[in-house]
Amino acid sequence: MSEIVSHQPRGVSLQRINAMVLRYWYLLISSWPRLLELIYWPALQIITWGFLQNYISQASGFFARAGGTLIGAVILWDILFRGQLGFSISFLEEMWARNLGNLMMSPLKPIEFLLSLMIMSLIRLAIGVIPMTLLALFFFGFNFYAIGLPLIAFFCNLIFTSWSVGVFASGLVLRNGLGAESIVWTLMFAVMPLACIYYPVEVLPVWLQYVAWTLPPTYVFEGMRSLLIDHVFRADLMAWALVINAILFAASFAVFLALLQSAKRNGSLLAGGE
Amino acid sequence: MQQRGTGQAQAPAANQAPNQPPAADQSGSAAIDVAHLVKVYKTTRAVDDISFRIARGSITGLLGGNGAGKTTTIAMIMGLVLPTSGSVAVLGARIPEQRYDVLGRMNFESPYVDMPMRLTVRQNLTIFGRLYAVKHLRERIDQLAADLDLTEFLDRSNGKLSAGQKTRVALAKALINEPDLLLLDEPTASLDPDTADWVRQHLETYRKTHNATILLASHNMLEVERLCDRVIIMKRGKIEDDDSPEGIMARYNRDTLEEVFLDVARGRLREGAPEGTS
Repeated sequence: MSEIVSHQPRGVSLQRINAMVLRYWYLLISSWPRLLELIYWPALQIITWGFLQNYISQASGFFARAGGTLIGAVILWDILFRGQLGFSISFLEEMWARNLGNLMMSPLKPIEFLLSLMIMSLIRLAIGVIPMTLLALFFFGFNFYAIGLPLIAFFCNLIFTSWSVGVFASGLVLRNGLGAESIVWTLMFAVMPLACIYYPVEVLPVWLQYVAWTLPPTYVFEGMRSLLIDHVFRADLMAWALVINAILFAASFAVFLALLQSAKRNGSLLAGGE
Repeated sequence: MQQRGTGQAQAPAANQAPNQPPAADQSGSAAIDVAHLVKVYKTTRAVDDISFRIARGSITGLLGGNGAGKTTTIAMIMGLVLPTSGSVAVLGARIPEQRYDVLGRMNFESPYVDMPMRLTVRQNLTIFGRLYAVKHLRERIDQLAADLDLTEFLDRSNGKLSAGQKTRVALAKALINEPDLLLLDEPTASLDPDTADWVRQHLETYRKTHNATILLASHNMLEVERLCDRVIIMKRGKIEDDDSPEGIMARYNRDTLEEVFLDVARGRLREGAPEGTS
């Protein structure tokens, strides 16, 4: 090995993960419109749904009692959605830049690549969601952080789900090229009706409730309603969500590796286009 | 001379080549060892049972028309494409199983990949330097920038550079870890003659000073003639010929590799040419 290169560990390298996070950070700060966009949509969401919450609270005794359920749901949904987008957009940047071949030929391992995308999704999420929670506080008097410790359980479960979906969607784009890019933008919306973000699970037909309970976000949103309406923290729901998340996460990683192998068989890693 | 397509020979003897590799490398293990490599995409045999070994410290040119299988061969050597059958070993490591053992000692440049456009040259080189765990990275980047005449562009976005400047940045990235093995796919494509000549000169110097092995795929016959100790000509996924540039030109009774290339591409058999080339 060349003398100018340090010894590299056989396992996961923090230095390589840092290098990739730095790459996405450079990218993020190189464009103020992109930075603004991270804040813009969540801000619009919270303002729109906040006013809706105010309106129906005046009209409905139930919503007056269940103060903040809509706003809370919007913020938690944004954690789920933006978490996945934050992951996937960083991945798409490599496809758009035709840089994937350079990365795949470097000592960067797939797990390091995915870990760096996860860190970046947290950074992008923080940039988008923290201003959103402050808007909720100042405009609508909803203190998201007053949820307290349960918030950590909600957040962890949602972010794990968002990463699982992000890893899976990225694998599909890796295998099929940018022609599959729309999957990245739309896949999470397939989860939306079944995750029961704005309504309880009982609203669904019985057979669909079984499907809904296979999704970790369903547990989180039910848990949030239980906390905000009944003031009860359902640890059992969070534990189930965590178990399903662990299975989903492992499965999405396995699928990503399988799709990477398939891309190598298919020769699509160097193609990268549609 | 080896038989066409079997390719088990090492690089040509030192007295055959204009740019012979250092003598010490002739006895070393091969930098690249390809055996009975096949790649089938659905019904197309992109690479069809090729075998060759490339000696350390040599420069080998992979020649062939569009669709000859050059890029697929290089991609399989890098582990970016999985072979249908056959084996590849690089710097003693089996590819793709052991590729992470040697990726830090390799690098590549290809027109099929780009450096991120919105990042500056310095940022791009910093990231790749960190990925390759380059020591004293700031000094290394400054040195490469000086060597490749990039100093004044270091803080400019890659997207704002000319084609020639981008190629030099890609070359700087390919050299950032001082690789023992450099894989280049069309390294001077779309460059003006002056820049192309400058790049070739740099590659030649790098090989000599670092005893590096270079495998390059090219359509530029003059480039191959000038740089390479050895030429492997591919056609429709197979090896058509494999020898020093002088050996091949002599066998085809031609004065330039370009004439040989046209003979092979158009299926013309020259006097003394190997069987099966017509």
